[in-house]
Amino acid sequence: MVVDLEYMASLVPVILRYVPLTLGMAIISMAIALVLAAALAIVRVLRVPVADRIVAVYISFFRGTPLLVQLFLFYYGLPQLLPAARSIDGVTAAVIGLTLHFSAYMAESIRGAILGIDRSQWEAGASVGMTELQLMRRIILPQAARVAAPTLLNYFIDLIKSTSLAFTLGVTEMMGAAQKEAAGSFRYLEAFLVVALIYWAIVEALSFVQRRMEVRLARAFVR
Amino acid sequence: MSCDTGIRIEGLLKRFGERTILDRINLDIAPGERIVIIGPSGTGKSTLLRCLAFLDRPDAGLIGVGDLEVEASKASRREILALRRRTAFVFQNYALFANKTARQNITEALTVVKRMSQADADARADAILAEIGLADRGDAYPAALSGGQQQRVGIGRAMALEAELMLVDEPTSALDPEWVGEVLDLLRRVAAHQTMLIVTHEMQFAREIADRILFMDGGRIVEEGPPAAIFERPQDARLQTFLRRVG
Ligand SMILES: Nc1ncnc2c1ncn2[C@@H]1O[C@H](COP(=O)(O)OP(=O)(O)OP(=O)(O)O)[C@@H](O)[C@H]1O
Ligand SMILES: [Mg+2]
Repeated sequence: MVVDLEYMASLVPVILRYVPLTLGMAIISMAIALVLAAALAIVRVLRVPVADRIVAVYISFFRGTPLLVQLFLFYYGLPQLLPAARSIDGVTAAVIGLTLHFSAYMAESIRGAILGIDRSQWEAGASVGMTELQLMRRIILPQAARVAAPTLLNYFIDLIKSTSLAFTLGVTEMMGAAQKEAAGSFRYLEAFLVVALIYWAIVEALSFVQRRMEVRLARAFVR
Repeated sequence: MSCDTGIRIEGLLKRFGERTILDRINLDIAPGERIVIIGPSGTGKSTLLRCLAFLDRPDAGLIGVGDLEVEASKASRREILALRRRTAFVFQNYALFANKTARQNITEALTVVKRMSQADADARADAILAEIGLADRGDAYPAALSGGQQQRVGIGRAMALEAELMLVDEPTSALDPEWVGEVLDLLRRVAAHQTMLIVTHEMQFAREIADRILFMDGGRIVEEGPPAAIFERPQDARLQTFLRRVG
């Protein structure tokens, strides 16, 4: 037989042990990236002097260069610049890289969602004497979040898959584990197929959540 | 109710590009006075109200509310905020916070801007919900309310602020005819203890509620006076034409 199913089945529990690391990197990166993205989006929408220009360049850079290059810059490049970063490990470098990379994309989609909120919401908040930040936090962002949520979840899915690049920084995550197993058995097809199937299952589960969420979001603020 | 003081507007000027929309408006409003603005479409009625709350930024002139005086051309962020905190606005399209329930629309500014405790704000909101006839709809989101109900919440939100001046821009013109009556009834009640500047095309309502009526045309106040004088003895030819047309 070309594909050794029995061997694949025996690999599944081995690779599954690395799912927590993959999801851990993804969830931490996503959480920080979300907060960062919201802040970046606010700076852009409110056109905060100077900061707005800096954020624009930041977003342009992280969207305009490959994630792999960014990861290498953080892992191999940063220690050369900052001696304190010499002890940076692969997981940390991956989390930093993923966070910054995805915050740039998510900032743009949050900004788009904010700009789509009806002008009347801003005017109503201004008319009762709210400051721009109060308005943003209590009125605009909650509404924008509902608009942006499906897109942000797409980025989370993308982020989960992108954690596999941590492999290139020497992190033994699912890919690394599969590589090691295959190096012993010479059954690369089986090993990487198992990795693919596990990613696929995770993403499918999330897509299910996403569909349910979209139904709920459509009903938000109606009672 | 609210601690009313006078309002002074001097030389209020607003341009959009080359066009002068408000041509140096002067207006004094006495505490408790109810003023209705009438006039043809596009003459700057909404712009005047919006400039008083700095929703549009006036180019020049002075706005005084009580002991606060704001010079429009050099108004700072803080002055604008202070002015907005002395005025309340009722919008033509209601402009309720879409992510807040009817009750939260009323409490929002009380807790966030006036730093009232949540319990006090809720108590005040309940009193207002009863006053606007929506005691049982406090937990409803705007999207679940009729136009008339939404506008009553909009008025309730403005009432809660106890502002020195309530600015009301065409409160019924976005409403289906069936809801106009309930909104005007509510405004009549609010007007009993609130200084107000109202833009409306409802002439009967204007006549009943106004202490003074201003007729605007081309960015100026062309004629003003008590309702009887404006409606029965209009002087300016433009006002006569306008009244015949809406008449
Ligand atoms: N943001 C803007 N940019 C440019 N022009 C504007 C803007 N807002 C209002 N205008 C113009 O200013 C003029 C006055 O508008 P405004 O809305 O104050 O009139 P109005 O008297 O309230 O009319 P209506 O009875 O139709 O509500 C109009 O000609 C309008 O086109
Ligand atoms: Mg108008």
